[in-house]
Amino acid sequence: MSESDCSRPPRHRTVIGDARRDGGLRLGELVAYRDLFRFLVWREIKVRYAQSALGVSWAIIQPLVSAVILMVVFGYVAGMDTEGGSKFLFYFCPLVPWTCFANSLTDGTASLVNNSAMLSKVYFPRVLLPLAATTARLLDFCVAFALLVLVVLLEGLSLRTDLWVLPLLIVLMLVAAAGWGLWLTAMAIQYRDVKYAITFVVQLLMYLSPVIYSASRIPDSLTLAGITFNPRYLYGLNPMAGVADGFRAAVLGTFPMPWDLILVGSGSALVIWFTGLRYFRRKERIFADVA
Amino acid sequence: MTVEKLSKAYRLGRLHTAPDTLFGALRQWTAAPWRALRGLQRLDTHGASHDAAEDDLFWALREVSFEVQPGDVVGIVGRNGAGKSTLLKVLSRITEPTSGGAVIEGRVSSLLEVGTGFHPELSGRENVYMNGTLLGMSKAEIDRKFDAIVEFSGVSRFLDTPTKRYSSGMQVRLAFAVAAHLEPEILIVDEVLAVGDAEFQKKCLGKMRSVARSGRTVLFVSHNMESISRLCSRGLTLHEGRLVVDGQVDEAIDAYRHNVARPQRQWAAEAAPGNEVVRLRGVRVVDPAGCTRAEHRIEAAVWIEIDYEVLSAGHTLVPNFHFFTAGGTCVFVGHDLDPQFNSQPRPVGEYRTRMEVPANFLNEGEFTVGIAMSSYHPFQVHFYEREVVGFRVIEPEPGLARGPYAGHVPGVIRPALQWQTESLSG
Repeated sequence: MSESDCSRPPRHRTVIGDARRDGGLRLGELVAYRDLFRFLVWREIKVRYAQSALGVSWAIIQPLVSAVILMVVFGYVAGMDTEGGSKFLFYFCPLVPWTCFANSLTDGTASLVNNSAMLSKVYFPRVLLPLAATTARLLDFCVAFALLVLVVLLEGLSLRTDLWVLPLLIVLMLVAAAGWGLWLTAMAIQYRDVKYAITFVVQLLMYLSPVIYSASRIPDSLTLAGITFNPRYLYGLNPMAGVADGFRAAVLGTFPMPWDLILVGSGSALVIWFTGLRYFRRKERIFADVA
Repeated sequence: MTVEKLSKAYRLGRLHTAPDTLFGALRQWTAAPWRALRGLQRLDTHGASHDAAEDDLFWALREVSFEVQPGDVVGIVGRNGAGKSTLLKVLSRITEPTSGGAVIEGRVSSLLEVGTGFHPELSGRENVYMNGTLLGMSKAEIDRKFDAIVEFSGVSRFLDTPTKRYSSGMQVRLAFAVAAHLEPEILIVDEVLAVGDAEFQKKCLGKMRSVARSGRTVLFVSHNMESISRLCSRGLTLHEGRLVVDGQVDEAIDAYRHNVARPQRQWAAEAAPGNEVVRLRGVRVVDPAGCTRAEHRIEAAVWIEIDYEVLSAGHTLVPNFHFFTAGGTCVFVGHDLDPQFNSQPRPVGEYRTRMEVPANFLNEGEFTVGIAMSSYHPFQVHFYEREVVGFRVIEPEPGLARGPYAGHVPGVIRPALQWQTESLSG
């Protein structure tokens, strides 16, 4: 060993245990591991569609078939009012972001448990796993979104100027999915009950979101036990309320854009995301022990 | 690298006593989810202290402190469960210590397994990138070393084939090729050499040696004392989570060997293994003269002697001794055959049970003894302490059962048997 090797100042310093400052988000570390993040996303996508005959078409089949069923059951059999415009698009519009949200939540929650062998053998920021699982669903979203645009053009509708809101809604959807995902993933590895509950929770969330109905049905004033309040603010705490209805408003144009829901939803999505990341980073240290 | 007072506790699963009434069963059934939730919450042992009388805590590491200078090649030895792997996991940040800490200066790579993150559906090329980034390399770094990695692995023809179609040998070769091209300042390696064929192991050792010579810091865990003493200059011996030796590699290996063959154990009343019926207080390996010793001549008998305390009367107690080789093979299990005590309930009191392993029975080598106490009607194990004591059987001068042969006699036992030869040709 040469002398220069010895005297070279170390570039890295790792602190373990008591001396470590706890609780920080340690975002710098996430940047350092960006290449790993890219390969995790790539692996997620590649593995999901490996050896499947239809491949990425599955991304379309799920929202498409759901929309057709909802249209038949609620639009025709139950005869629910879709407030003008295409019945199919009324259901298909919110299902495009909703399917992506639901799938990334389910994938994210499963990501740590599925990769538990990796957790006990090597260190990397564990938060990359659920984030990669969520991000990987973006591909599905893009494919389904392309279909949505196609249907709009086929129906003879013009692409409306309101569409500029969509990128905003997509970001909101991602933040919400990642936020919920972080909370549920961190809990899922210690409490396996979360894994069993997740399908059920996603289903409940769908009824809480304006997927089979329009949020314009939620009144903006309600009196309960003598207290008058605006239930739309409460309803909007679910970020997907603004996203699902916003998609419908932007594409169909038969409703006003639900800015109140989007605003409240953005606030709550950011809070969920931030606290979720904190909770995850705090829990991270026991993952290898409980996995 | 500085490690200070590092401790790590794991929570053991607790056994629940079965309820004996319907009401008790109902109460236990309704309380079960809450108890399960509490149990799951308690999986996080952070902040647990040594003094706290939590009987379901298992301390894998107890206040381990040491320092490693840049360029040191350190071997870590200890028997199974001594805390070696836990130490490596804490130092590679896979698991968090319960208390204490460490400061590591320099880029660390840990290799606790070959091929972590390999996915069978991905091609060889994709897995190289996956595994490489997981071990801390950047994409640019892998791009640069890619050709060298492929050449080292010898699987260049199958780079675009999913690794699920690889033979297991090919997978290991590719995975090791990635690991071999890491350039950390500190390398942490756990028995990865234990996998693969002899040729692969030789290749690994060769690579390890060149890493060690290049002036990097290496921490290396192995059960193979030969490779430890060949590779390392310094040694750490762990025993039951404690660091017992920090010094020259030979000292560490000697201490490890000595720990395996410890001929005596004693427990204070409150720390004694056992339950409310019986507790084990002491175990000794003695020679026919009654002296406790670790080394026994092959032509002399070895006595195993235990002291125990019966705390509640009315149980039929049968001590049983379990003999193992140093490699972990069970040699035999002996049960108490003394007709005076083995079939009738014992009064409260202190007892001593002795058992003779006859002379000229065990072969040369190291043995460990586990001590258990059972009742048979109904069957119950009051305690079972594994590897409580150990001893070595030696043969300073050729013994009776060896005959005229001077070389190594294989086998776990070497009894002196009756042999008869007669001439039939008249």
